[in-house]
Amino acid sequence: MKIEIRHLSKRFGTVEAVSDVSFAVEEGELLGLLGPSGSGKTTVLRIIAGLETPSTGDILIDSVRVNDLPAQRRNIGFVFQHYALFKHLTVFHNVAFGLKIKKWRRAEMAQRVSDLLRLMGLEALADRYPHQLSGGQRQRVAIARALAPKPSVLLLDEPFGAVDAKVRQELREWLIRLHDDLNVTSLFVTHDQEEAMEVSDRIIVFAKGHLEQIGSPADVYEEPATEFVARFIGSMNILEAKVTNGKAKVGSMEFPVSEFPDGQQVQVGFRPYYVKVSEDPARFRQQARLRHVYFLGVAYRLEIETDDGVILRSRMNKEEYRQCKFEVGQPVSYAITHFRILPQEGKPGAFLQPPQPPESGPFTP
Amino acid sequence: MRKLLIAIVWLYFGILLIGPLAYLCRQAMSDGVAAFWGEITRPEAVHGFKLTTEITVIVLVLNLIFGTVTALVLARQQFKGRTLLSGLIDLPFAVSPVIAGFMLVLLFGPETLLGMFFGALDIKVLFAMPAMVLATLFVTFPFVVRELTPVLQTLGKAGEESARTLGANEWQVFLKVTLPAVRWGLVYGATLTIARAIGEFGAVLVVSGNVLLLTQTATLHIYQSYVDFNYVGAYAVAMVLIVVSFAILTVLEVARVRATAGDS
Repeated sequence: MKIEIRHLSKRFGTVEAVSDVSFAVEEGELLGLLGPSGSGKTTVLRIIAGLETPSTGDILIDSVRVNDLPAQRRNIGFVFQHYALFKHLTVFHNVAFGLKIKKWRRAEMAQRVSDLLRLMGLEALADRYPHQLSGGQRQRVAIARALAPKPSVLLLDEPFGAVDAKVRQELREWLIRLHDDLNVTSLFVTHDQEEAMEVSDRIIVFAKGHLEQIGSPADVYEEPATEFVARFIGSMNILEAKVTNGKAKVGSMEFPVSEFPDGQQVQVGFRPYYVKVSEDPARFRQQARLRHVYFLGVAYRLEIETDDGVILRSRMNKEEYRQCKFEVGQPVSYAITHFRILPQEGKPGAFLQPPQPPESGPFTP
Repeated sequence: MRKLLIAIVWLYFGILLIGPLAYLCRQAMSDGVAAFWGEITRPEAVHGFKLTTEITVIVLVLNLIFGTVTALVLARQQFKGRTLLSGLIDLPFAVSPVIAGFMLVLLFGPETLLGMFFGALDIKVLFAMPAMVLATLFVTFPFVVRELTPVLQTLGKAGEESARTLGANEWQVFLKVTLPAVRWGLVYGATLTIARAIGEFGAVLVVSGNVLLLTQTATLHIYQSYVDFNYVGAYAVAMVLIVVSFAILTVLEVARVRATAGDS
């Protein structure tokens, strides 16, 4: 079902945890709420579930305002960060809990629970107690329990925050498959940008209680609407510069920004893979020194210090890296192939433009 | 060195606990089993046991209800004066039971408003059951609250919240989620309450008037027998109370193990 949030704000004492947030979740969508801790994303989730009351604003589920509906009548499935399983009940009875409350018939209840346990790959564990399960199994029990009463919406608070990295990866893929199978409208909260990218149909980025951007993972990554999003999602080199004669200058680097007036302070941003580095000093015009090489598994991250003392991060895939014979400390040449001017803080999207190559002169080989 | 330390501990336990206990058992049986039986089946003794049991049951029920409510409020609600209330819970531990009893005597005395009110209704509070229950409540009040509050705090709200999202109303949340989760803590608090209620002497002595066959509890009976040089009587009743305490201690130990094992 569709969820709509309108001008939602929540104050705890003097702290404004959520301020004037509006967005909609479409039927069947898997939406990620992404932000650092304390950004208000969990509060939004809890308000939708009815576990917190908003200070102002409306929550609509299927076009019906549910502000005054208590949590137990919203028909929402909620998966808590630390599972919150009932320790005194077996896996079976944990999953059956919501059905018992809703007075399902015994036979139908048993059928529904065993169907869900099979779907979750938990059928062999039906008689176990939560403390006899692994983290990943507990999480799946929690999801099965939330899904059992056929909720109209599934909310997940940091669903994979408490399991180790390998299990987390399995659970992510499993959640995507589950969502494809069941197609229940789902929102999940995470502080892990990779997780948000991988799992979500769309991402909402939160910072300090504000909604910073909403869009597909590719949109948010390629076209960050605010400086915060640019800094938070993925890795980015960000340089401060003042525009003079239509160019933003940082040391010997020059970025053509003719659409900005002279004297304007701008932030130039570029992803590490737009920084090309060569061990051949003649390959590119700009000169630097290789400070560090980090092995990332699928790629390498290079940290170079330009002759002007600016530190830049570059990313290279394995093949590229192997062709160059790098040694830490050696002089290198580099070029920046694409850049963008970041939108300024407090003016979301004000200076948004697609990444463009600084084709005119200084950076091309 | 190690052996010396162990010996010291044994000696300490011996002097403080084991010795007196063994001596009590011997003295209770000194005139034979028949005399022991005779002492604990005397009308005064039976009445004392009965009265102690009645007070204990009433106090236990009241403590379970109000102790649980208090613990829930202190653990779950944020409100003005919460810290003050938390601090006050320990007050009965700090105040001598005799003083507690004395406060009740002053509060319900015939010249006070409360005393006159109940006097007009012809309800006897002092030197009767109500004051004895109140005095015992005063000294046992902290046990359930102090056991339950930290258990509820560590338990957190997530389990209760997930029950609510699954459709449970407040009452169902309490019965099906909160209560089962804290049950061993509750048992622990209850056993402490029972043990203390059975053994209470000072507060009850002051408010009861120690009237034979009327307001004389088991501990008061022991005291009375002792004062009247009926040593076998005193020892016999004391021994019964000790056996009961031992049984309670066993339950307590089981509860403690379960409470820590079940919640991890």
